[in-house]
Parts: sequence; structure tokens; C-alpha cells
Amino acid sequence: MEQVMQNKWLILTLVGEDRPGIVANVTRVLFAAGAQLGEASMMRLGNQFAIMMMVRGAGSPEDVIGLLESVRVEFHLKLHVDETDAALHQVIAPDVLVTVHGADRAGIVAEVTAALAEAGLNILDLRSDVGGTATAPIYIMQIEGEASQGIDAIEQAVAGLGVQELSVRITPLDTVRG
Amino acid sequence: MASLEILTYPDERLKTGCEPVDTFNPEMQSFIDHLIETCSGGPGAVGIAAPQVGVLQRICIVDATRARRPVDNHGHLVLINPEITAWDGFAVGREGCLSVPDYTGKVIRAEKIELKAQDRNGKPCSFTMSGFEARIAQHEVDHLDGVLFLDRLVSRHADLKRRTPT
Repeated sequence: MEQVMQNKWLILTLVGEDRPGIVANVTRVLFAAGAQLGEASMMRLGNQFAIMMMVRGAGSPEDVIGLLESVRVEFHLKLHVDETDAALHQVIAPDVLVTVHGADRAGIVAEVTAALAEAGLNILDLRSDVGGTATAPIYIMQIEGEASQGIDAIEQAVAGLGVQELSVRITPLDTVRG
Repeated sequence: MASLEILTYPDERLKTGCEPVDTFNPEMQSFIDHLIETCSGGPGAVGIAAPQVGVLQRICIVDATRARRPVDNHGHLVLINPEITAWDGFAVGREGCLSVPDYTGKVIRAEKIELKAQDRNGKPCSFTMSGFEARIAQHEVDHLDGVLFLDRLVSRHADLKRRTPT
């Protein structure tokens, strides 16, 4: 049982004010404890740096929290660890890109993603930014996904959105495998 | 006909430039048939190059008829000693590889190319390719030069549109 627990992937989320050295220090501690890293996504959001990372082999969630305590304090990080059924080698290549931009306002993501979900889109990767200026912000969102009901359904859903002030572009994606 | 075993990264043979083909004998014809069969058996594969099965010769298959969505194409192509002679425009697209299982990434390729080669009997041929088929050909010719798409990855957030809308 202990062995099984050791082999489960934990998902770590760490967030703190962005500065150099966060990744190096977090991964140094995990490596020293014998941990293995899986897939990870890390980026700057606002002025914060956010880490989402698969980790295993360093014990229970409590053990990992204990290991990272000194780094957490030094870098003022918020740390969360979950035991999951995550697994590697489950990658899905996206077959559609949805690009949205317009003057920023509340509700863009909710409206667009509701229509996309209704049309069968499984979101695989979503990135959004607020550009422009503080007085005239613009919202830009790029979604890569899997159109489980086909691209036509996605295009119809977007056409039916009825939000003229938003620009929404659908680009089919195909993957060269050779 | 049996599929050939596919070498996977980081096998050194995938990083090795290949020799030109100068004989088109029955043994070569048999190898080409096996290579076609191996490509057909690869999950979603639209091309394959000889070094991916450990044969370091300038032979590849380009088959855009197997694209998930129909695209402009020249059919099932066997390209011997292929050479890209002109490039135009560029686009970001997603690529995977039979030799790099379970990973896909974004690569910038020319949108349109001129390619000359020989067919499986040694007869010279040339093609003007664009879009998806041009991308396959560039991916396969890279294999013949010991280059993998991993060597050409760009930001996963890259989204470069075609320079000239089609």
C-alpha cells in the first residue's frame, strides 16, 4: 500500500510574487528528496509566478509540503498539494484554435466558453491576457481544444454568439505525424 | 507484409545525415514497399523517412491523402533523393513524429516549396507543394539530414498566421 501511495502523482500548485530563482529552488529541493517531475506548466500571471507541476516519489502531500517549507517561506509562496490519478502519456493533440479579442468587459470568457462547451469543445490549453491601457483595456484569449462534435459545430456556436464587439476566429489544426 | 521497427529518439541514427540513393534494384523496391507499409501502420502518420527504420539513405514517403481534413496534395509520394529548391512564406503548425511518441509541438515551416526528387524507379520528378503537404515534405527531408522537429520547436503559444491567405 505504501508503495502504491508513493507512485501516485501529486499535483503541486505554487504561487508567489515573481522573482528569479523560484523554479530553481523548488526543483532543487524536490530533486534532492528523490522526486520525479512529470508535466508542468509555469507562467507569470499579473506580477505573480504560478507553477502547476506533477511530482512523485517524494512521499505524501504532507511530506512534500514539509520539504518545501523553507523555500515557501523564503519566496513567500502559496503552496497547495493534491494527490491525484494523473498519468503521463495521455496527451491529446488539439484540432482547433479559437482566438478571441475585443474591448475588455466582464463575461467574455463565460459567454464564449459556454457556447464552445455546448458545441462539444474540450479545452486543452487556454491563455488569456489583458492588454491595451488601464483606461482602455483589451482582452485577448487563445484556446486550443479538441472539437468532439467537429469543427462545424464550433463554427456554428461562434456564429450564434451574437456578440458583435468581439472578434472570434476559428482555425482548424491538423498535426503532421511523420 | 511486415512493418519495420521504428527507431525512437534519442537513437543516434536519427541524428545522422543520410547517403544518396544510386541503385534502384529489386532489393530497394522491396524496402520501399516495407517503408510504405510501416507508414500506413503508424497511428495517423502522413509520412516516414528511411532513417526512422535505421536505413541511412535518402528515401521518404509523403502522403497528404492521409490528412484528417482533405488538403491539396500530389497523392502517395515515394521521394528518392528529395531536394527542396525554393521556399516561400512561413506558418506555424503542429507536428509529431513516429520516432518521438506521445509528443507534439509547434514548428515554423515554409508555406510553399519547390521540391525535386526521383521516383522509386529513379525517374526525375518535381513538385510545387503548399500547406500541409509542404510541411510533411519539410519534416521528412529534415529526417534525411538528421534533423528532428524537436530541433525546430517554437513557443507553444506561437500562433503565426499564413502570410498569404488561401
